[in-house]
Amino acid sequence: MIPLSWLLLLSAVLFCIGVVGVLVRRNAIVIFMSIELMLNASNLAFVAFARHLNSLDGQVFVFFVMTVAAAEVAVGLAIIVNLFRLRETVFVDEINLLKG
Amino acid sequence: MITVLFVAFAAILVVSSLLVILHRNPLTSALFLVLAFCSLAAIYLLLHAEFIGLVQVVVYAGAIMVLFLFVIMYLNLGHDVEGGVTLVLRRGLGWLLGAVLVAEGALLLAGRLAPGPATPAALTGAAAGPGNTQQVGLLLYSRYLFPFEITSIILLVAMIGVIVIARGLREPAPAEAPAASAPVVAAAPEESPGEDA
Repeated sequence: MIPLSWLLLLSAVLFCIGVVGVLVRRNAIVIFMSIELMLNASNLAFVAFARHLNSLDGQVFVFFVMTVAAAEVAVGLAIIVNLFRLRETVFVDEINLLKG
Repeated sequence: MITVLFVAFAAILVVSSLLVILHRNPLTSALFLVLAFCSLAAIYLLLHAEFIGLVQVVVYAGAIMVLFLFVIMYLNLGHDVEGGVTLVLRRGLGWLLGAVLVAEGALLLAGRLAPGPATPAALTGAAAGPGNTQQVGLLLYSRYLFPFEITSIILLVAMIGVIVIARGLREPAPAEAPAASAPVVAAAPEESPGEDA
């Protein structure tokens, strides 16, 4: 039996890796992948607590999170493709359309 | 046995997600992300969340990563390596803030690393009843029916939004006809190229 604390520790490590990826990388697509890692960390915590509390509600919430993640990825990648057409780059340092 | 499998898959998960953020090539990062999602699906299976594990493989490692790889190859980013003047400063600041977050978590965990209440070994209701997929489906269509319908609206909105965004700036073509017929108005032709800039 896997202890709950191990799962939560793994989830926290995964979330931290995602945060570092968002902070360190400049490529917008890699930043998106890091956001996916953070979402997966929260999903792991949901499943761990669902297992711990012997209830299925956490797994249903993981299902909803996956749906929202799929929608978010589709919209975000469309924005990136459009931005690439406009500026010929995906590096977030060079994308400063909103800078005054 | 389950513990050994869990440790192995957790190690694969952590190493591959570290490689996702550390590798310079975005294509390799995406492929390591597939590996991370697959090992996470294996951990879900170890936690007796069979439905979620399979959905993880189908939706994340299948659909979402195919979308990522499609965009990377469509934009021809396979050899687009990061570099720049402010890179060192930005990267140093990023690592510093990430280390602060990790230290904060470690500090919070340091006092209470005790195993805590043990998960009940024998599942009373879940293991005895029907399969995991059937239980999740029953819950999804009874107690969570309304949120379930909301997610379908979210998907519809996302689909319409993606089509509108990815269609690009093709509107000047029909807008050009009235502008050409009335060349006296100087403001109208000014506005449509203004969107391109």
